[in-house]
Amino acid sequence: MSDVVEKTLIALPSLLSLDSQLGAGKLSSTSKLGNLIRSITELTSKHEEEKLIKKELTALKEQVSSPNTTSRQMKEIMVRAIYCEMLGYEASFSYIHAIKLAQQGNGLEKRVGYLAVCLFLNESHDLLLLLVNTVLKDLQSTNLIDVCMALTVVSQIFPKDMIPAVLPLVEDKLTHSKEIIRRKAVLALYKFYLIAPNQVQHIHDKFRKALCDKDPGVMTASLHIYFQMIKENPDGFRELTASLVAILKQVVGGKLPVEFNYHSVPAPWLQIKLLRMLALLGKEDQSTSEMMFEVLDESLRRAELNHNITYAILFECVKTIYTIHPKSELLEKAAKCIGRFVLSPKINLKYLGLKALTYVVQQDPNLALQHQMTIIECLDHPDPIIKRETLELLYRITNGQNVSVIVQKMLDFLQQSKHGHTTIVLVGKVAELAEKYPFTHIAVVSVPIRLCTYAPDNGWFIQTMNTVFSLGGDDMQPEVPNNFLRLLAEGFDSAEEDRQLRLYAVDSYLSLLQTDTCHLPQRFLQVMSWVLGEFSFLKADLEPGLVLSRLASLLDQDLVTTETKSWVLAAMCKLCGGVVGEGVAGQVAAQFGGSLNTTLRQQAQELHVLSLDQALRSRVLPPHTSWDGLEVDSSLSFLDGFVSDALAQGAAPYKPPHQRQEELSQEKVLNLEPYGLALPVSLSTCSLMDRQSPTGFSLSSGLSGNSAELPHKGGSLKMDGVKRVWGKEGYLPQKEAAEEAPAMPSPPVPLTYRVAAARTRRWTPWPAPRPLGPDQEKQQLASSLFVGLGPQNQLCLLGKPDVAPQRFRRKTRPQDPEGGSDWLSVSSHSSHSTMDSLLDSSPTPLGEELNTTALLGEELNTAGFLREEPNAISPLGEGLNTADPMGEDPNTTRSLRETANGTTHLGEGLNAAGPLGEEPNPVSPQGKEPNTASPMGEEPNTASSQGPEDTLAFWSRAEGETEAPEASTMATDQPPTQADRLTPPPCATAELLEPHGSELLSLASDGSVDLSARKLYKGAALELQLYIRNTSSDQLQHVSLQLRSAELQVLDSPNQSFPLLGDHGAVTSRHSVVMETPLVQAIVGGAVTYHTQSGSANELGFSLRLTLADFLRPLPLSTEDYGKLWLSFNHDVKQNLQLLLDKEDPLSATLNILKEKLQFHLVEIIGTEGILACQLLPGHPCLLHCHAHSGTLTVWLRSPVPDLPDCLLYHCQRVLQER
Amino acid sequence: MIKAILIFNNHGKPRLIRFYQYFAEDMQQQIIRETFHLVSKRDDNVCNFLEGGSLIGGSDYKLIYRHYATLYFVFCVDSSESELGILDLIQVFVETLDKCFENVCELDLIFHVDKVHCILQEVVMGGMVLETNMNEIVAQVEFQNRVEKSEGGLSAAPARAVSAVKNMNLPEIPRNINIGDINIKVPSLSPF
Repeated sequence: MSDVVEKTLIALPSLLSLDSQLGAGKLSSTSKLGNLIRSITELTSKHEEEKLIKKELTALKEQVSSPNTTSRQMKEIMVRAIYCEMLGYEASFSYIHAIKLAQQGNGLEKRVGYLAVCLFLNESHDLLLLLVNTVLKDLQSTNLIDVCMALTVVSQIFPKDMIPAVLPLVEDKLTHSKEIIRRKAVLALYKFYLIAPNQVQHIHDKFRKALCDKDPGVMTASLHIYFQMIKENPDGFRELTASLVAILKQVVGGKLPVEFNYHSVPAPWLQIKLLRMLALLGKEDQSTSEMMFEVLDESLRRAELNHNITYAILFECVKTIYTIHPKSELLEKAAKCIGRFVLSPKINLKYLGLKALTYVVQQDPNLALQHQMTIIECLDHPDPIIKRETLELLYRITNGQNVSVIVQKMLDFLQQSKHGHTTIVLVGKVAELAEKYPFTHIAVVSVPIRLCTYAPDNGWFIQTMNTVFSLGGDDMQPEVPNNFLRLLAEGFDSAEEDRQLRLYAVDSYLSLLQTDTCHLPQRFLQVMSWVLGEFSFLKADLEPGLVLSRLASLLDQDLVTTETKSWVLAAMCKLCGGVVGEGVAGQVAAQFGGSLNTTLRQQAQELHVLSLDQALRSRVLPPHTSWDGLEVDSSLSFLDGFVSDALAQGAAPYKPPHQRQEELSQEKVLNLEPYGLALPVSLSTCSLMDRQSPTGFSLSSGLSGNSAELPHKGGSLKMDGVKRVWGKEGYLPQKEAAEEAPAMPSPPVPLTYRVAAARTRRWTPWPAPRPLGPDQEKQQLASSLFVGLGPQNQLCLLGKPDVAPQRFRRKTRPQDPEGGSDWLSVSSHSSHSTMDSLLDSSPTPLGEELNTTALLGEELNTAGFLREEPNAISPLGEGLNTADPMGEDPNTTRSLRETANGTTHLGEGLNAAGPLGEEPNPVSPQGKEPNTASPMGEEPNTASSQGPEDTLAFWSRAEGETEAPEASTMATDQPPTQADRLTPPPCATAELLEPHGSELLSLASDGSVDLSARKLYKGAALELQLYIRNTSSDQLQHVSLQLRSAELQVLDSPNQSFPLLGDHGAVTSRHSVVMETPLVQAIVGGAVTYHTQSGSANELGFSLRLTLADFLRPLPLSTEDYGKLWLSFNHDVKQNLQLLLDKEDPLSATLNILKEKLQFHLVEIIGTEGILACQLLPGHPCLLHCHAHSGTLTVWLRSPVPDLPDCLLYHCQRVLQER
Repeated sequence: MIKAILIFNNHGKPRLIRFYQYFAEDMQQQIIRETFHLVSKRDDNVCNFLEGGSLIGGSDYKLIYRHYATLYFVFCVDSSESELGILDLIQVFVETLDKCFENVCELDLIFHVDKVHCILQEVVMGGMVLETNMNEIVAQVEFQNRVEKSEGGLSAAPARAVSAVKNMNLPEIPRNINIGDINIKVPSLSPF
């Protein structure tokens, strides 16, 4: 049949040489469309076409708006409009008329109207709403054609929001008497399922009915839905397997009516679909797989190779067999089938054969061996697609021995092909391979084994990467240079190898820079400048000025981008020592001193300064440091002191831009918004105040400009897209394959191969350019390509051990960053900014210099500053790690830590007394316990690991006392006893802790008084329990305690006094504290005064830092209340945070962390969104709405209190980073 | 899923464009241009599959095409479609066109683009393969044509409708959806 068609088509002249007579026969010469087309074909230039179409469109516009246009004419107009749109000219004026035509037209007109609507509009177009009514009407029509048209349009484009309106009607059609209607209804529902799965959930049993429909066509249509659902959740549909197998069996067995045959193959498309579904179902499930073995066997057997479509079925069969639980018989047959594909002269089949081989080669590398000659032929195939597919196959069978040949083949291909996307992908693969096997042995194979082990060919790696960078250009995946630099920087197991590798890189880059550099991609130049900056010190005999001058010459080139110049300047900063350095730096500073680009200007200036001050340079850029200990404090908490100083001197607190905006607008207009609704929980009146308060004084630097944006930028750092390439065991994705390969049982291979293999081994990595016969050449290539896959492997084991995978394992780092790209941020230790550049919060270009992206730059700033503040805590640094530092599940860690806290504060309490105190006396438990035990009071069981039973009994009583609301004093005259013995082993009380109190914090102590505190998280306030212990052997008199805080409110009397405190006695004082004004953190201060027996008065001051998190409590809300409240709150913040991607369910894991650490109430999680609520004591509500997408969590906080969202956001960030 | 169906001639002039996934107008034109660029470079003796573009839907996307005399038929599909299956579907589509237009040629596609779209709608609906049986497709299309002709036609309409009904039940078109037998709306003739 196709021959017929082709003949007829060939027989017809193409349009341009169109004979008018022929045309006249086919179309009415008077038709306006005909005229349009004819005049278009006469045109010669695009410009003329444009003019003509414009004219046409104007004419059309006139006609559509004329009231006299009949719907028949309208139909004709629509066809012309469709034609214009197809050519890429917008005819938006006709859209509304298309809808009208669909509504008013009859038969053909209606159909054209619908067609035009489908072609013109998209799902989110506003005009579609106007179509809904028409669709509704047509769905209810008795005219089958109208119904069909309506169903078709519904399945093509339909606004998501309007689905409920038509859903019942479409559902009804599932029981329609005509199969075509049922079929279209099923597909329409499938479409609904795709765009709004929730809305069709209730009709799953109807889908089931469609699957069992007596008409095979309807059944086939329903498979679309099931295919999708199985793909999403194979486990949920395993029980379908039996039915699908039964269907397939009948189809294969020819039970379908003969009109389902296509070239005498029964329903081939149906078979393909079924086989694909079976593959999904049987994957990794033995029992399910067993059900399908028989039918798969039958399919293979029945497939007589008489037509292309049989191959399509066979191909699916093979794929299914290799996907499901293996059965050796079937695998054998499938392997034979693959052979038929690979050896087929038809190019399409060959292509699929290669695809199948690629798919199965990891399971069965022998197959590749069997077809090695074919594969070699395909490598030189004229069709680039076949070539590429072959390379893909080779990529999968790469091992330490054949890597250089394969990489060379890939590079050859890259040099020929100029197709963008292919290049990018392939470059990535070459880089992966090169990094996986950085030291190939083939080149040095003639060297004795011992030598060979110590003389790896690191040149190969660098050379390959050089080619990759030059060929890949600037479009390649950013992780390629990142990974490369990271590999160089972190090194391998052996320091000597690292050194040689780096040295080689330095050498090769220096010589490259000597040549003409203008053709080199920017990325490559960046890599070069970084490596030179970092490692050129390794080259001992290098003249210091040489590198600098090479680098400086880059700065003069016009083609070099600003970004690259930034990298170059950064490298120069590292090298600018000595007299020569000063000179060059001075020149550069002069050159860029007037640059319009402030980044470059600043960098040049810094270079100048650094070159003059050797001491400063070695402090800012300490040479030869390792990357491992580098930590990043994204919250800039080390600046807190600076900020509070500034605030104390009267600086205005920082406000995020949106808040400023809001306040500005509030000053101008009346407040028309409601002041908020009553809350379901008792929230104090303060919740409604502060709306207009212009300065909710506050905000440490944690919220200042950069830090609010930084963490997520740094954290999200494109890590989602980055493949995890390296793991502890070396290269991750391919590891398995590489290891499996040698272990496979090897089929007998002709002796010639062995000989050839043995021979090639002595040659250079790729076939030597010797005059060889073509066959010989191929065989030789084959043996070098497939080395390590089959029996040759044994040979090579004799020759030299393949130690690469073990030896060149990458150094395990204490903190293994998640992806590739973040490496750059770590590397920033070499780029430092001076403190003042941060302090005046000007952009800090030094930080930006190293980056490939601007976003990284900000990250770098932080990193850079950190060097200045080595002690700063580094939440981001930790956040970046995938592996928890403890190597534990965070939850466990947390609970463990709490446990530890619990135990230590008991221990501390006791120990504190111990060393200072007297000999332990036997005491009545009542006497000693209250102060030591009350922090632990709520866990009577703690004692089980410790002391005598009466202690336990007492502790339960102590609990009761702790609950007492009033500040209580418990003077004792006995010192704590046996502190050491009572100190429990650190982990013994793991499960026993409850989360309601903090550990005991030691506040202050002098010779005679020891003051410690504990936070109790009570519902209405934060209760501070202050323990004053007399550590001296004298009595203390007039002990009094004052508590004060500028920022927090102490609810009950802030002063407590105790007339007498016996020797080694203790008293407890309790205070409730709330935070009226949201602050990131606040300080409670105070002093204890007392008189010793000798009469001298003493004062012991203390201060305690409390954070916002201490004052947060869950706010139990229903989703509905939440919705109401949300609308009534008017202070909000929106930001992206990082998701905990290492968890199975990142969203809920993240939300649970927040819930746990910040006392949120988790209201609901709906799909990718979650809502949480909390309140700040005393009763300021704050609502949080999160949306997870592509690795980040967009958080939106709302509250009636101005600064609360900001402060809370800060804590959310910290919690997620510190996890 | 089928993402798009493109038909253009040897010079890259689009003859039928159908996207099943939304793309902005200029993106559509770019896709057409680049697809043509990719496809037209290829000889007739190379395989009919193209990968490695990233025009539609990123890397999970293939072009499967056939070249008939002056026209390229290109289907852009994702990985859930079988290559050879689609290749034969193109063949089915072209054969159907051939049957409906009696020796189809490029001109038919130009001047009856609406009709071609209607035929395509019976083969692929919303990106999903609806029907692969040529006879079935042809029967559907013919039935629609008859009804529509009769609606737009003159006094002979009822007779035509009746003959349509008769045709529908002919034995040699087996399993022919009995769509016509009851519900043909005998049209109220249009008044002109």
